[in-house]
Amino acid sequence: MSILIDSNTHVIVQGITGRDGSFHAKAMLADGTKIVAGVTPGKGGGEIDGIPVYNSVKEAQAAVRVDASVVFVPAKFASQAVREAADAGVALIACITEGVPVLEMLQTYYYVRERGVRLIGPNCPGLISPGKCKIGIMPLRIHEPGGVGVISRSGTLTYEVVYNLTTSGLGQSTCVGIGGDPIIGTGFIELLEMFEHDDETTAVVLIGEIGGEDEEAAAEYIANNMTKPVVAFISGRSAPAGKRMGHAGAIISGGKGTAEAKVAAFAAAGVPVAEKPDEIPGLLKERL
Amino acid sequence: MKVHEYQAKELLAEYNIPVQQQEVVGDAAAAGAAAERIGGEVVIKAQVLVGGRGKAGGVKLAASRNEAEEKAGEILALTIKDLPVEKVLIAPAAEILQEYYLGMILDRTSKMIVLMISAEGGVDIEELAVSSPEKIHRLAINPTDGIDRTALVALLEQVFETVALRKQAESAVEKLYRLFLEKDCSLVEINPYAKIENEQLVALDAKINFDDNALFKHPEIEQLKNPEEYSADEIEARKHGLSFVSLNGNIGCIVNGAGLAMATLDIVKLYGGDPANFLDVGGSSSPEKVLHALKIILGNAKVNGILINIFGGITRCDDIANGILMAMDQIEIKVPMVIRLIGTNDVEGRALLTERGFLVAERLSDAVEQVVKQV
Repeated sequence: MSILIDSNTHVIVQGITGRDGSFHAKAMLADGTKIVAGVTPGKGGGEIDGIPVYNSVKEAQAAVRVDASVVFVPAKFASQAVREAADAGVALIACITEGVPVLEMLQTYYYVRERGVRLIGPNCPGLISPGKCKIGIMPLRIHEPGGVGVISRSGTLTYEVVYNLTTSGLGQSTCVGIGGDPIIGTGFIELLEMFEHDDETTAVVLIGEIGGEDEEAAAEYIANNMTKPVVAFISGRSAPAGKRMGHAGAIISGGKGTAEAKVAAFAAAGVPVAEKPDEIPGLLKERL
Repeated sequence: MKVHEYQAKELLAEYNIPVQQQEVVGDAAAAGAAAERIGGEVVIKAQVLVGGRGKAGGVKLAASRNEAEEKAGEILALTIKDLPVEKVLIAPAAEILQEYYLGMILDRTSKMIVLMISAEGGVDIEELAVSSPEKIHRLAINPTDGIDRTALVALLEQVFETVALRKQAESAVEKLYRLFLEKDCSLVEINPYAKIENEQLVALDAKINFDDNALFKHPEIEQLKNPEEYSADEIEARKHGLSFVSLNGNIGCIVNGAGLAMATLDIVKLYGGDPANFLDVGGSSSPEKVLHALKIILGNAKVNGILINIFGGITRCDDIANGILMAMDQIEIKVPMVIRLIGTNDVEGRALLTERGFLVAERLSDAVEQVVKQV
């Protein structure tokens, strides 16, 4: 098994005719993902690299089986696109788009929950179960199938960590980029729970960063609920307070969200925190 | 995005939340004239985008035109937390009978908009939250349902003594919530929310932060933007689509992706170095972006070493290499530079650079170690 996605997940691409959408639709298809349709309002009837394009998610659903959607729609319309997929009952929605207004996402968060569908992101690289399915933008050849689950608020930092895992002989069950925004659809704890119950996953790497208090909550959850080993990494130890470090959510404000507080929380929970990404494989191997 | 107190109060006034009469001026003579127009004793307040103005001497009272001129002159000569005071606000010096606090914030943990009210305003609310958290009354607002009226009334009863005050506060909360949603705020604070003569509640100071992601919806807010919120480097970087934050060290850093950029700075520190900046060249980095990034970094006289760390995904390492070579033809780079390239097209990228004699690393730790050694 893996979590959320597997080799049989049928995926549509919302915003497939855009620059990023078309590029990554092709890349996901080449990597073996079942990309069954694309959606761009007003461009239905066409094709992109053999992938049929529909005007709406509902239209696509009438023609093909849809288990998941990946959203590349520009920030101005992204939350609308997520809601459209939720209205159609698409079970898993990954929103890659960066720069979505935070209050729109706050309302969308409740909107998708009420409809019982799962949202990953926004502002994330997506998710991948190596060798089975990739819904996102990560470079594939750094991944290897295996037993390590990865949860991260970042994109390229996740690639760095995965690269270190793979070159150390540690493959991954599923890697999930949860997104760098203040309000995201799915957080650390829900994914930790899924990994804990996933037969294939033997250990978890959690990659957090400054801003918010989700890492602290995750640390407490791990201490009370996880039997599988977890290793953490926190970026932003050298970040000044009050400055937004690239990600909209990566900001220390009102004394909250510091790297020290997060590292201390993991230490108190008995979770080792690597100081550099290349220490992560060693810390995992000691515990496997 | 942050705005000045006077800009925040103008917005409150637009939403019919009571504020005092105010004037904003940029020189001492104009301050004197404004004080005379307002009449009576006035308060003169530095307009800077940081807290702690009072302690820094940025808030003074004046009883006459001459005194206002003199005090405004003193304040305009100040630099508060590295920000020179360029404008002062002049308002009537109200007799404050009690100071309350009224604020709203987006709480990412609970995923609610949280209303905070305290009968002990006028102080640093973050300090109060630590020293006496029980003195801050909170009401979580689920954006789907809006404000729970019954809970709000109950909360106001705990804070305000009279019906007249509660009515005013209730109306202010509703208006503040509307402003918060309509203008895509991340924080709104009225502190002090003061009781003055005739049982009136007035916003004596205000702070509003806006969600940068939503500015495209609000050109009227975007035009309130103050250039001093960002350093000259940060503004230049923004123009070229780079995400940049100035730091105090000497190693200039160029990285793709915010998380990796933060981690890179952390590792530089871990190896005993001191980063000069955070710079994320973004996802699909063109050679031009790398050129601009290098120009901005070399514009900082403190920089005596450069570290470039690229993990190619969407970003192609050969694009980055070409950007570096393009920069070499246009600008002179006299400081040591270490480049780490890995991911999409890394072999091609590394080959392009080693041909020209650059230090190219495959592992991040090695690259950091090398650059720290060289500066």
